Amino acid sequence: MSAELLQFIFSGITVGAIYALVGLGFSIIYNASQVINFAQGEFVMIGGMATVSLLAAGLPMPVAIVLAILATIVVGMALEKLAIEPARSASIVTLIIITIGASIFLRGLAQIVWDRNFHPMSSFSGDKPINIGGASIVPQSLWVLGSTVVIVIALWIFFHRTRFGKAILATSFNSDVARLMGINVRFVLLFSFALAAMLGAIAGILITPIILTSYQVGVLLGLKGFSAAIVGGLGNPMGAIAGGFVVGIAESMTAGYISSDYKDAVAFIIILLVLFLRPQGLFGRKISERV
Amino acid sequence: MFRTFFKTSLVAIALVAMFISNAYAADTIKIGTFLSVTGPASFLGDPEMKTLELYVDRINKAGGVLGKQIELIAYDDATDPKNAVSFVKRLIHEDKVDIIVGGTTTGNTMAVIQEVERAGIPFISLGGASVIIDPVKKWVFKTPHTDRLAVSKVYEDMKTRGISKIGLISGSGGFDKSCRKNAIDLSAAAGITIVADETHGKGDTDMTPQLTKIKNAEGLQAVLTCGFGSDEVLVAKNFAQLGIEVPLYASHGVASSSYITGAGGAAENVRLPAAAVLVAGQLPDDNPQKAIGLAYREEYKKAYNEPISTFGGHAYDGLFLAVDAIKRAGSTDPEKVLAALESTKSFVGVDGIFNMTATDHLGLDSASFQMVEIKNGDWQLLQ
Amino acid sequence: MKRLAHARTGSLLVLALVMVLLPLLLDNPYRYDIVIRIGINAIVCVGLNLFVGYAGQISLGHAGFFALGAYGSAILTSQYSWPSLVALPVSALVVGVLAFVVARPILRLKGHYLAMGTLGMGVIIFLVITHETSLTGGPDGMPVPPLSIAGIDVYDEKTWYWIIAGVLLLNVWLALNLVGSPIGRALRAIHGSEPAASVLGINVARYKAMVFVISAVIASVAGSLFTHYSGFITPSEAGFLHSVELITMVVLGGMASTYGALVGAVILTALPQFLAVLHDYEMVVFGAVLMGTMIFMPKGIVPSIIDLLRRRRSS
Repeated sequence: MSAELLQFIFSGITVGAIYALVGLGFSIIYNASQVINFAQGEFVMIGGMATVSLLAAGLPMPVAIVLAILATIVVGMALEKLAIEPARSASIVTLIIITIGASIFLRGLAQIVWDRNFHPMSSFSGDKPINIGGASIVPQSLWVLGSTVVIVIALWIFFHRTRFGKAILATSFNSDVARLMGINVRFVLLFSFALAAMLGAIAGILITPIILTSYQVGVLLGLKGFSAAIVGGLGNPMGAIAGGFVVGIAESMTAGYISSDYKDAVAFIIILLVLFLRPQGLFGRKISERV
Repeated sequence: MFRTFFKTSLVAIALVAMFISNAYAADTIKIGTFLSVTGPASFLGDPEMKTLELYVDRINKAGGVLGKQIELIAYDDATDPKNAVSFVKRLIHEDKVDIIVGGTTTGNTMAVIQEVERAGIPFISLGGASVIIDPVKKWVFKTPHTDRLAVSKVYEDMKTRGISKIGLISGSGGFDKSCRKNAIDLSAAAGITIVADETHGKGDTDMTPQLTKIKNAEGLQAVLTCGFGSDEVLVAKNFAQLGIEVPLYASHGVASSSYITGAGGAAENVRLPAAAVLVAGQLPDDNPQKAIGLAYREEYKKAYNEPISTFGGHAYDGLFLAVDAIKRAGSTDPEKVLAALESTKSFVGVDGIFNMTATDHLGLDSASFQMVEIKNGDWQLLQ
Repeated sequence: MKRLAHARTGSLLVLALVMVLLPLLLDNPYRYDIVIRIGINAIVCVGLNLFVGYAGQISLGHAGFFALGAYGSAILTSQYSWPSLVALPVSALVVGVLAFVVARPILRLKGHYLAMGTLGMGVIIFLVITHETSLTGGPDGMPVPPLSIAGIDVYDEKTWYWIIAGVLLLNVWLALNLVGSPIGRALRAIHGSEPAASVLGINVARYKAMVFVISAVIASVAGSLFTHYSGFITPSEAGFLHSVELITMVVLGGMASTYGALVGAVILTALPQFLAVLHDYEMVVFGAVLMGTMIFMPKGIVPSIIDLLRRRRSS
């Protein structure tokens, strides 16, 4: 394998892991509520910005990280309680607009609470690139990849091996039946927003040393995460992970071999092709409409 | 539920009405501005807005201009040209401003030129590209050095170091594209060959594929990157990650300290052309820009507790050029202010020494631009 | 049915009356400008509402059609010296054909997948416009010659007001008629349930494609008018955020209500102008207003108010 190709692959999986982590949040909320949360990118932003500001206030890194994650979880739960739950019966498009409103609101708040500058954060274990076969990767990328793997395993265990996780899955299949079985559907909803917010915050903290953070970093990441979740098939967290890597590698290969001008366009063409062949995404459940 | 919603809307409307009525104050000199305080160019617009607010306040405390207070009427166009046009119409027809200082990006400036020209109001733009003043438009001026000037400065430096084959990486924004175009247009005359020409998107998370291609280009001696904001930090970091050995040149779009802190060690040895204010302390004492640069740096730092960027400097110059012209015109009559602006002579600003004429609405030469290298996390003047 | 037709004529007359009286309140070009922008957005939204509100589909890509119309007119008039009144329908035709071609594959998608499909389409259009610098001027945009009618260039805001008002009125009339026709009933059936509609013998794919093409052509015409009016065009018109803005207008005003689309356009075009004085707090307030309205009036403003009035009357 040429060093050049290897470098493109490294780039693709690093970027792909970032998209996958953001996409995961979309998938989890969709699973529990059939809502696409366009404020997911803002969770990523809050995680990163809060950590940076807490570090600047002199807190040690582990404390700052935990506090930032907790803060994001609170925001996620508030979003569910104050904006999503009161509008539960509204149509898909209305809910989309509500979450878009929420993302504008949160971004507006962030630029008041913090500022409009971009902020760096030091890497967890240095910036010295690691050379493999003539290509290089920064240690922080390995952190991102490693954390993605850990999160995937933890989520799988949670959803398939714990009672509560199974209850969430049951709710996603049919919330009425789940309610009859004694599952507290409202709590499941609240919990999935908390979980998605936590994953968003973790993603934001992991990637800030690579891509920096600012009050508007969530806009593009949200879009890419949404793409990842859709390509993988909504409602399937593992699909979102796969989708993230598909989009990330498509981008880096296009930039490397076709045209850097059109790398995003080619990525979207691939997404569209996937959808034309499989309208429910790569790993999505077949949509069967009740008549 | 409806009632509370209704009440809050009423309060909001009352609040807005209050703000609007404030706009119709007594006899003042009205300076209008529209800046990209939010949106993709907020990184430029934010220090510009802060600078204008700071110095309008200072001028007013010192007694104003022509015995009148200055009233700053400011709007945030959120980096959307459509908003810019709307706000310029508002400034001209509703707020009836005497002069406009603003327009963070080239795109937003170009979008409003037709409106400004039709209304006949002096307009000092803070946009970077040379198309703003070339060809000359009657009412349009600008303060930042053009990207063309920046590229020729970079090429000069490359030539003295015997560099002739370079790779080019640029973003997809207006500034980036215009800088890239100038780099290509000027290359032949400067004896420079562009051996690789790659682009990246705004907000991309990784530029290693593009830089890998540049790294592998035949005979590469240096890389020039065109852009601003966090994208440029990523270019510097990925450049270091790939261990590319040749020098990295950047445009004046990175001339803020957040670039250095953002890139960590990766910005070390990056060379760029920048306004003298960035290295004011290192200028020889007889350089007239030294005092003004140091003062601006200190006052801005004191007011906002953050370091200056050269972008805020563009707004500083825009404001003081306007004030200077109004003073010399002795009134706010547009034609008189225009004539005064066009006869600006040896005006010492943060960006350089301005000498404007009817055919030169920028009035800066390349002498006001300094080549700077990043050394030990600080700007180092190159001699 | 007859009563419905009467209501239609009545409401159109009211709209026309408002349009005639409105200039009394507009005392400078800036105010005209706001109303003209409202009108242009309203034209797009009335069309988009047919697709989103009546047929129950989602589009996050209509800004792409708007921008294609705008750039079509801009390029044909400035670089090929076509008369603007020829460039406008030709651009609309090209956009219509394009929409027809992509309609089949894209409209197979449902719900959020459709949102993604249309979003992708819009982003691709945006990228092409941004990168084909020699044709489009790139990210900094391009200047556009004015609209010229019978050899006279239209610059004046007052003239533009009447042009936009006329086009909008025509557009609303067309939309109301379409909605009241058998096609409108077919669309509502599709909105209710696509499988049920096809059981009833409705060619679902054909009707969806038709209304998609109609809304795209309307967006293109609005784009052409906008580009001549503003005299300058940049790729941000094709951007994702502009698409979101358009669909937000439709949903906020009220889906499946032509006048709702109009109200949505009025509010979301004018609101930022009011909020501009709030500076730092503009985004927060805007986001909160958007959320609040949709939470308390999930069907949108106009349908919610109509419901409220009905309930009052019956009680």
